[in-house]
Amino acid sequence: MRRWSLGATLPLALAILWEWLSRAGVLSEDGFSRPSRAAAAALRALADGTLIEQTLQTFSAALLGLTVAAVAGVLLGTLLGLFRSLERATALTVDVLRPVPSVALIPLALLVFGFSRNMSAAVAAFACFWPVLIITIAAVRSIDPRLIEVGRMLGFSLRERIWKLALPAATPGIFVGIRVAAGIAIVVTVTSEIVTNPRGLGYGMIVAQQSLQADLVWATLLWIGMVGWLCNWGLACLERRCLRWYWMARPG
Amino acid sequence: MKRFLWPAASLGFLAAALLAWKFAADAKLINPLWFPGPGRSAGVLVDWVRSGELWDPLGKTVWRMLAGWLAASVVGVALGAAIASSRFARELFEPSAEFLRPLPASAILPPAILVLGFSNSMIVFVVAFGSIWPILLGAIHGFKSVDTRLIEVARLLRLSRRDLAFKISLPNALPDIFAGMRVSLAIALIVTVASEMLSSQPGVGHLMLVAARAFRSADIFAGILVLGMLGFVANSALQKLEDRLLAWRPAHGGG
Repeated sequence: MRRWSLGATLPLALAILWEWLSRAGVLSEDGFSRPSRAAAAALRALADGTLIEQTLQTFSAALLGLTVAAVAGVLLGTLLGLFRSLERATALTVDVLRPVPSVALIPLALLVFGFSRNMSAAVAAFACFWPVLIITIAAVRSIDPRLIEVGRMLGFSLRERIWKLALPAATPGIFVGIRVAAGIAIVVTVTSEIVTNPRGLGYGMIVAQQSLQADLVWATLLWIGMVGWLCNWGLACLERRCLRWYWMARPG
Repeated sequence: MKRFLWPAASLGFLAAALLAWKFAADAKLINPLWFPGPGRSAGVLVDWVRSGELWDPLGKTVWRMLAGWLAASVVGVALGAAIASSRFARELFEPSAEFLRPLPASAILPPAILVLGFSNSMIVFVVAFGSIWPILLGAIHGFKSVDTRLIEVARLLRLSRRDLAFKISLPNALPDIFAGMRVSLAIALIVTVASEMLSSQPGVGHLMLVAARAFRSADIFAGILVLGMLGFVANSALQKLEDRLLAWRPAHGGG
């Protein structure tokens, strides 16, 4: 309780200060707007449905990108994690590709997909692929070697080794990777919308900025923050719930 | 023998990937309009270097990235030390930091443009805001986890608060701070390029977006190469610096 009340003090104090400075004319209203106006703009945008529609557009692109990255990253990561030699052979290629900033692909995605959901999703998929891949490799690598030996003794085929051993044992790690990637997916999707793609929350902000509706810009920013935070929290809950079997099965 | 085998296999795989790219482009498996071969892309890059066209935008991009990142590092470490120093400060700041951290850095571009206009300082501000979080969290964690025995020793030696901060707390927090700074550097590059694309300030990001509008796909690939190399070089340089500065750490490097 104390934690929450103290934590809320800072944003509340800032909001009051902001409102007061704006009313006193210290902060220019064209740029800073003021919290009361931003709140009103948020309510208006929520009421007429534009904010919800933009949120759905952003989320569908982010989810598509995340799904593609998760499937590709988990499959490849499992293979590279099971076979040390494969991982060593591809290490250089991964090291060369990974530092490419995701936004560098926005112009290319624009040429390939045009203005569309797939454009944002493609950039998000590239950005999300690496954390999922790296964490999956590490998770598969850290499987108890006795389990692998049991699989070998039972004469498991490669497919059985992947589906019955590696993936279930690596699930907690993979979950962490996907949670990290989910945050990245939203960030990258919003970025591509702000930079070029005319859809979603990012574009909504740019339109508001260009038409000098400062209150709507701040309202959308606040909304993006809240939605992102909620998502993060929801995924953390889901993770705890889905993985109860794992933590319960572990001694201690 | 084995020492050379794996690097060779690594290089072989990369070469195979490049060859596959070349054949796919030559055979026009994918629309050549947006899929140039590696030769054409490298050719554009060589032209840029020869004519000197590359240096001005690249210099501006690097400058913005480093300026924002360094500002974020200084503020992040100072704020992190302050927040870690008391429970009260932690409870006051941490919920707000938790809320701001997942906020896309690019999302503060529109309000930043409204307030600061299209300018270099606007981009540097957005880069600093976007890249401060990993440093801040690393610094908080690093300063918080000082061994209590070390603090007791400091008290026995009657070290002043300043000496305690600079001789014990800061060295102890450095590994965490560096880890944060490495993540931040990658974010700084991303935010810089995104800002350049949006605000049409000269830089590599702007160069690439203009190329996309003109359907010059080889230029886009050349830009991707430049940014990839920039990310790689920046990360390696920081790693080298970290290894040198943290050489005293016993657990580091040896295994």
